[in-house]
Amino acid sequence: MRGNPDAHEMIAPGSLDAVLNLLATEPGKWTPIAGGTELMVAHAAGRLEPSKLVSLWGIPQLRFIATGAESIAIGAGATFRDLRAHEGIADQLPLVTKAASWIGSIANQSRATVGGNLVNGSPAADSSPAFLVYDAEIELVSVRGSRRIPYSAFHTGYKRNAMAEDELLFAVHLPLRFARHRQYLRKVGTRRAMAIAKVALAATAIVEDGVVSDLRLAAASLAAFPTRLYQTEAALLGRRIDAGTIESAREALLAEAKPIDDIRSTAEYRKRVACNLLEEFLRELLSERAAT
Amino acid sequence: MSDCQSTIRFCVNGQNCTVQASPMKRLLDVLREDLHLTGTKEGCGEGECGSCSVRMNGELVNSCLVPVLQAEGADIQTVEGLGAIGALHPLQQAFLDCGGAQCGICTPGMLMAATQLLAINPHPSLGEIREGLAGNLCRCTGFIRIFDSVIAAAASTQNQSSDQAAHAR
Repeated sequence: MRGNPDAHEMIAPGSLDAVLNLLATEPGKWTPIAGGTELMVAHAAGRLEPSKLVSLWGIPQLRFIATGAESIAIGAGATFRDLRAHEGIADQLPLVTKAASWIGSIANQSRATVGGNLVNGSPAADSSPAFLVYDAEIELVSVRGSRRIPYSAFHTGYKRNAMAEDELLFAVHLPLRFARHRQYLRKVGTRRAMAIAKVALAATAIVEDGVVSDLRLAAASLAAFPTRLYQTEAALLGRRIDAGTIESAREALLAEAKPIDDIRSTAEYRKRVACNLLEEFLRELLSERAAT
Repeated sequence: MSDCQSTIRFCVNGQNCTVQASPMKRLLDVLREDLHLTGTKEGCGEGECGSCSVRMNGELVNSCLVPVLQAEGADIQTVEGLGAIGALHPLQQAFLDCGGAQCGICTPGMLMAATQLLAINPHPSLGEIREGLAGNLCRCTGFIRIFDSVIAAAASTQNQSSDQAAHAR
């Protein structure tokens, strides 16, 4: 059934302070809406419960990308077009640029925001695996002040997160310490544009003398929310990459991955493909070593 | 339920407009129902097909996903703002010449996505054209004639500018 626009209240206070005051006055009563690429879809399908919506679109304090000496801060209101166009991100955090280019289509990237992608908390979120392997931190704000938490601790369950009812996601902070890392990101979906991931895997690693000395692995669509793969990392850290290590890493990932069957794929397919992606990354590390 | 109608002002195809609408009314519906600009089509209604593509503040958007309140103060271009009978936009002419339109439902969105692409990248490669139009689905042409149309439009604009440059010399 088509959604009824009159069923919803919507205001656009225009400034961050005004939004935070509103969230503080009536905690849990207002749903922030940025580019609408999620909520408007639910609305169109008649799936959006009657809501009080507060628009974040066009609030200048939220739409920024700030480059510092040691990190890049991405405002929650930055769109994926903003990310794709940012040279510093392309140069220093190429997996973020790559992930941004996969989100929907150009028209979706013009409207979809980083904050929306993370707060929505889809298990298949395109930007999440890249943020996880870059050790992103999330800055949350409220009238009470601001706090930062590791992005790896942000999602707490299916579409649940660590935000309090009066808080807003303000920015994602990405440390610039991955220039020496080998980096990997691949998404498998039905087609290149528009498709939601069946599975995606991201990795950052350092290999010294054939041994994995530093490693982060993260995946989309292998659990109820985008997540680091700590057990699979443990199976690789400190190990020399060879056929045996690759096999034990695949086994660790098979044990750690908890995907589901849904409209886009099956748990079985997701597990197999995730293992293949992991193996592809590890073999890239091997061939890189041979080449140097 | 909210009976609250908002007064929203924006500019469409160079003309200032004021509409009274529910803030959650889709920009698509405001364009078609309130402003009678029916060139913009509804396809899927969920941001997947691109039929409702318009340009808002120089960016391509799916007008089915824009609550009209967020269009306050915006500069919007729809297919009606591209060209007119007898004075077609180079892209419209190229779609005619190359058979880029069949049933026509996707065509306004294709034209707007192609306009956006050429505004940023006047001489795109085939790969860039495919990416620029990847959010616009066509179920008639098989896309090849649409890509040909964009290539032809880019070339005609290039010819026009080189003609102008020649005249200037």
